[in-house]
Amino acid sequence: MTDKTIICRCEDVTREEIQKLIAEGAHTLDEIKRLKRCGMGPCQGRTCQPLIARELAAATGQKLEEIKPPTFRPPVVPLKLGVLAEGGKNHA
Amino acid sequence: MPKCDVIIIGGGVTGCSIAYHLAKYGCTDVVLLEREYLTSGATGRCGAGFRQQWGTKTNCLLSKHAVAKLERLAEELDYPGGVEIKQQGYLILAYTPRTQAQFKKNLALQKSLGINARWVTPEEAGEIVPFLNTEGLLGATFHEKDGHANPFKVTDAYARAARRLGVQIYTYTPVLDIRLEGGIKTVVTPRGDFQAPVVVNAAGGHAADIGRMVGLELPIQPERHQILVTEPVEPVLGPMVMCFYHNIYCQQTPHGSFIMGLGDPNEPHTYNTGSSWQFLMQMAEKAVRLLPVLKNARVVRQWAGVYDMSPDRQPVLGEVPEIPGFYVAAGFSGHGFMIAPMTGQLMAECILGKPTTLPIDMFSLSRFTTGDLFIEPSVV
Repeated sequence: MTDKTIICRCEDVTREEIQKLIAEGAHTLDEIKRLKRCGMGPCQGRTCQPLIARELAAATGQKLEEIKPPTFRPPVVPLKLGVLAEGGKNHA
Repeated sequence: MPKCDVIIIGGGVTGCSIAYHLAKYGCTDVVLLEREYLTSGATGRCGAGFRQQWGTKTNCLLSKHAVAKLERLAEELDYPGGVEIKQQGYLILAYTPRTQAQFKKNLALQKSLGINARWVTPEEAGEIVPFLNTEGLLGATFHEKDGHANPFKVTDAYARAARRLGVQIYTYTPVLDIRLEGGIKTVVTPRGDFQAPVVVNAAGGHAADIGRMVGLELPIQPERHQILVTEPVEPVLGPMVMCFYHNIYCQQTPHGSFIMGLGDPNEPHTYNTGSSWQFLMQMAEKAVRLLPVLKNARVVRQWAGVYDMSPDRQPVLGEVPEIPGFYVAAGFSGHGFMIAPMTGQLMAECILGKPTTLPIDMFSLSRFTTGDLFIEPSVV
């Protein structure tokens, strides 16, 4: 894996960018997510979060299992607003 | 025990802006304490809008000054990449004659203060937002200098600039207690005690809890507001669309995703930041009715945050007379982000004993005892 490797595919964030942010003091997944959008795209962090957690562990010495994941938020998969809007009528 | 000049409690945009402005005025021995990460409270969960279309002179001027500061924030704070400002206006919809009459009054006031918002007909509204459903619409007000910015970036910009000037920011450092001994306040945290003659409560939805630590009952309560975001799509929506009647707002970020939220009048006052299925359905229905093109946009995430609600939905700003050196900047009731650049400046001026750029007496805590409430007709 090179420094230019894309870690977050939804938002095109490279390993280098993540490493820079960690070096600047962002030591949690929550902080990195909010400044780089990793975990805010359609995959909701399923791809990038474990990779970023490894970067965090390597750079800060935190144990991988102790790195707190960001809050998992609904919906589980992307849903069309139109489908949700129609659903409301049937359950009103 | 670390001693400093000012301790700020709360690492949202307000706390970070106060820290920066204090340091900018030369008061650099400042400690900011945040219970989680910066923006973890209301700032990082908000709808991100800023508008100058208000119904009182105070709020018009406050937001006008704040927007002028936001426009050159990245430059002032030397923040490469910027804070994702999008200034394509707020379109505020009117569906009832009463709202229309109020909006016309607001427009006259705004004009007198140099805010060039204008009344637009439903047809003109349809030109500003081509796919707007104008059914039942009486008209709208539009001001192209309103817009939105990225709250994470704005806060990060203030925090980094403050740190460069010497401010110490401690994240994941909750305040457990505050002891008052003479003029000195000791703030107790798991990281140790901090001492200063001045403490600023900028704790948002937690402001009342912090107040109780010094025996103060602040009439500020947390109230959940929910919000969702779609996947990013091509830019199609310029302005923030806002409607007091449907109690909703919707914007498209420069990144391409739509962000929208609605207020629930029956929401209880608790510190609940959970998401509900009911919100998702209601929001979808209202958004698709108003902007039918959104029916194909996919929701990727929903979340919630708390407004720090005060009885008149206006903030409490300034020193608490009974506790010299204890300041409050909280109770923003849903519009804290947009005025934060000015809140920081005014609070710093107030703390340092300088004349304030704009009057802040109307935001004093004592208004809830004297009954001089601050009535702003244009809030969501």
